Amino acid sequence: MLLIPCPFCGPRAHVEFNYGGDALRTRPAADEADSIGAWIDYVYLRENPRGAHREYWHHASGCRAWLIVERDTLTHEITSARPATEDRQ
Amino acid sequence: MGQPFRLSEGGTIDRSRELWFTFDGRRYSGHPGDTVASALLANGLRCVGRSFKYHRPRGVFSAGPEEPNALLRIGSGGAAEPNTRATMQLLQDGLVAASQNGWPSTRFDVRRLHDWLSPVIPAGFYYKTFMWPRRGWMTYERHIRRAAGMGSPVFDRDPDWYAHRHAQCDVMVVGGGAAGLAAALAAGRAGADVILVDEHDAMGGQLRFERRVIDGLHGSAWADRCVDVLAATENVRLLRCTTAFGVYDHRTVALVERVTGTAETLPDAGAPRQRRWLVRCGHIVVATGSIERPIVFSGNDLPGVMLASAARCYVNRFAVAPGRRSVVFTNNTDAYRTAFDLARAGLAVAAIVDARPNVDVETAALARNLGIEVLHGHTVRSAHGQAAVARVVTAPLDGGNDSPQARRAFDCDLLCVSGGFSPSVHLYSQIGGKLTYDERLAAFVPGDPLPGMTVVGAARGTYMLAECLREGTEAGTKAAHGDDVRSHAAAAAPICDHEPAWSLRALWQVGGAKGKRFVDLQDDVTVDDVALAVREGYRPIEHVKRYTTLGMGTDQGKTSNMNGLAIVAELTGSPIPAVGTTTFRPPYTPVSFGALAGPRIGEHLAPTRLSPLHEWHAAHRATWIQAGPWLRPRAYVRDGDSFQQAWQREVLTVRRAVGLCDVSTLGKIDVQGPDALTFLDRVYCNNIASLQVGRCRYGLMLREDGIVFDDGTVARTAEQKFYVTTTTGNAAAVMAHLEFLSQTAWPELRVSLTSVTDQYAQIAVAGPASRAVLARATNADLGNQTIPHLATIESRIADVAVRVFRISFSGELAYEIASPADHADRVWEHLLQTGAGDGIAPYGIEAVTALRIEKGHIAGAELDGRTTPGDLGLGRFVSRRKDFVGRHMLQRPGLTDPGRKGLVGLEPVDGMTPVPAGAQLIADTDSAPPLPMQGHVTSATFSPTLGRPIALALLSGGVARAGEVLVAASPLIGLAVRVRVVLPAFYDPEGVRLLAE
Repeated sequence: MLLIPCPFCGPRAHVEFNYGGDALRTRPAADEADSIGAWIDYVYLRENPRGAHREYWHHASGCRAWLIVERDTLTHEITSARPATEDRQ
Repeated sequence: MGQPFRLSEGGTIDRSRELWFTFDGRRYSGHPGDTVASALLANGLRCVGRSFKYHRPRGVFSAGPEEPNALLRIGSGGAAEPNTRATMQLLQDGLVAASQNGWPSTRFDVRRLHDWLSPVIPAGFYYKTFMWPRRGWMTYERHIRRAAGMGSPVFDRDPDWYAHRHAQCDVMVVGGGAAGLAAALAAGRAGADVILVDEHDAMGGQLRFERRVIDGLHGSAWADRCVDVLAATENVRLLRCTTAFGVYDHRTVALVERVTGTAETLPDAGAPRQRRWLVRCGHIVVATGSIERPIVFSGNDLPGVMLASAARCYVNRFAVAPGRRSVVFTNNTDAYRTAFDLARAGLAVAAIVDARPNVDVETAALARNLGIEVLHGHTVRSAHGQAAVARVVTAPLDGGNDSPQARRAFDCDLLCVSGGFSPSVHLYSQIGGKLTYDERLAAFVPGDPLPGMTVVGAARGTYMLAECLREGTEAGTKAAHGDDVRSHAAAAAPICDHEPAWSLRALWQVGGAKGKRFVDLQDDVTVDDVALAVREGYRPIEHVKRYTTLGMGTDQGKTSNMNGLAIVAELTGSPIPAVGTTTFRPPYTPVSFGALAGPRIGEHLAPTRLSPLHEWHAAHRATWIQAGPWLRPRAYVRDGDSFQQAWQREVLTVRRAVGLCDVSTLGKIDVQGPDALTFLDRVYCNNIASLQVGRCRYGLMLREDGIVFDDGTVARTAEQKFYVTTTTGNAAAVMAHLEFLSQTAWPELRVSLTSVTDQYAQIAVAGPASRAVLARATNADLGNQTIPHLATIESRIADVAVRVFRISFSGELAYEIASPADHADRVWEHLLQTGAGDGIAPYGIEAVTALRIEKGHIAGAELDGRTTPGDLGLGRFVSRRKDFVGRHMLQRPGLTDPGRKGLVGLEPVDGMTPVPAGAQLIADTDSAPPLPMQGHVTSATFSPTLGRPIALALLSGGVARAGEVLVAASPLIGLAVRVRVVLPAFYDPEGVRLLAE
């Protein structure tokens, strides 16, 4: 059972979280030219690396923050978890 | 009276008391301290079950968790547990045990016929033979399953309960043998929080039956003293009868603790039968020991053939003679101890048959002193006997001399076998530890250390007691102190007596003789089966396993996997490391479903959410329907009403007078902030930006891919404050979606989202008389000037502050009232009293459904994750002037194709036959299949208002096909109804009623 270090709540069991998938994708800007290709990438394409990965986790049974968690898909080692809001500001 | 094989002295059983139990209906006695296996042996019961495939007699083979043969059904009724290892089940007074897989009985089993037929049923036989004709498998399978099988499942409800518990510790020590006790002592002394678990009822592991001395005490006395010390240490928790069955990510160890049935008396009322623990550990010390493995030879499955260490355990710990005259067959030094201990207990040892050319002088001298003949460089070629072993034949191993003259026969009723030991590397391997092959031990041992885990003692191939104690002490100290270990003085390891050097000569099987040679006793897999698999080209050991079923039983091949892969290596001429092991997966030993489910059964499987008005509904004879996690009133049945009559009456009440419906289950979200309006305008596909304070609006929300996600209402209650509702089913998903957008897509928008679903009750007041009732209840003017359609005001009902929305799902003049959840019952009751003269009555979900189908309003069945706004006839809502979630993806050609399925209404052509929901729409029933499926019925009801059945459907081409006649076919229930396609609005299509003056 994974232990996710929520920056607001401290280390918590992963059962408190919902998985949000690949966090490497970026949502296209509203006015992006030739946007359909970018949208298809965003909506459907997911990285699935073996090893280090960035993922969204939603602390649904906690502070309700969406986090970006750095997790190794091979070892499950989690190296960081920070608020998703920080990523865009 | 009994126990003819009980020794007159020795052991740790309590001879002063007798426990009575039954086995296959007969009564036997044992003593406190016995396992079921030791009690069966004490009573001379050699055959305790029949084998899986050939129904051959089988006896107790081991004294531990690895037992492949002695699997019994313990207990009766719903509390019975099949496939219980007799070696792990403590004897209790009144215990009921039964053998499995013997028919009509274990002693006389007619399916023994399988054994004589065995030349024609090799590995893979069923796959090869019964798969043709293909339909036949369905028939054969039942008979095959009945004939070949383990215990049968228990169908009665389990009367016991099972607990779950979570814990954490600094150091988890798995295994309470010498190394584990030493580790726990060292870690506990260093002040760490320690949990020590052992699967047996007494700590000590092998020390419980070995004649060893530690710190001046007999091994088991030393273990008892350790337990006393640990029990008195506040930071140490001891768990007996507890199996660490799996190691999971981030150092989580799963345990199953057998709580009742472990003392020799029957269980206390109230205690759980088992408790499953999940423990987060700072460090895990794996001291799980090793499991002895047999050598494979002809007749090696006869009752009376037993692991050498197990025989020693029965003699020394349980004071049971597993036989009167024994032969010991070994390829290593350890089994000599068995011969010596049997002899010391006064039992005859005919010979030690040692595959090695010699043994150390010390051991040789002991054998000589005890008068035991040793045959070096010899093997047991075959074992013979009808129901149990009676004679063994030996042959020289070296020099290839397999002539009859070189053979010798020994009469015996016990054959103790040791082919070496397989370290219990399960926990290390489960989390990805890579094993390496140790030639000297002929065993796989842990390779590179894993972070957070230390493997010590026999589990890593350390067999000498002194070293086990030293490793355990060191690991415990290090685990407690972490990297800080150097600042602490190393704890001194306990001191033990001397033991002779240990050596082994790898030997897996002995050939030459006729008769079956079993690699896997539980699955009846023979050397010939493995050879066949290899001949047929199965190479990776995982394939050999699946083809032959080697190692696939409840014992997971604890005594067979190593021999199996070594035999594959021999047959293919590959080195053992190249063959490798099969994968170790949790659980280490079988875990009951009860322990896994724990208390989460029945109504506790998932929480049930109740509306704040639930008590009222229950008191007024609501029938219930499960809506996601919610329990909602389906209809309120009155005296003399049927359920059908009840909900149809409720529909007409709403159409003709006024009805009251609890819609508290709707998701409700409070949205606030300077950018709240911008935020909501982006998440809904229709325009929200123009919404004025005091007004509300329908909101349609798409997913990023352009498909409809949810719908609801958006009310602007103040300049920067909005009250948003969602459907009941999507409440949580919508909330998470909005939070995701707010935190990842537009963190610059100043908006705050709060779920207020539980804080507010919501009540729909619908029907022509709703305004009059509500005006009286609120003492307010509710004319169209004050609160027109799609407006909202604050008000009071029964002294409760409420918010009134003029919105309608039924198509009637209607309002929804949000009130604080705690006071909802007052508001509800007051409305009922106020409207009594107008014929007000509550209505449930069945009526809501009929009302919305009459109006062609969409709900969950139409929001099926495949429909666009255009499909649902809501295309006019989609803004062309703003950006919103799903805008770009909605433009894709596939989503704008005019041939897509669109929402239509359906009416039976005969005006009376109900249209089955879920039916497929086809052109006619006369053509030969396959018939093109043009659409499907999403929602269907009888319309009390119109007096005939109606339905909604998604049909290719949509409303452009109005007027066509199709067939709604539901082959599952054998119905085909001719239906006419109509517009999806059956009642008041112009929508004048909700605007009523």
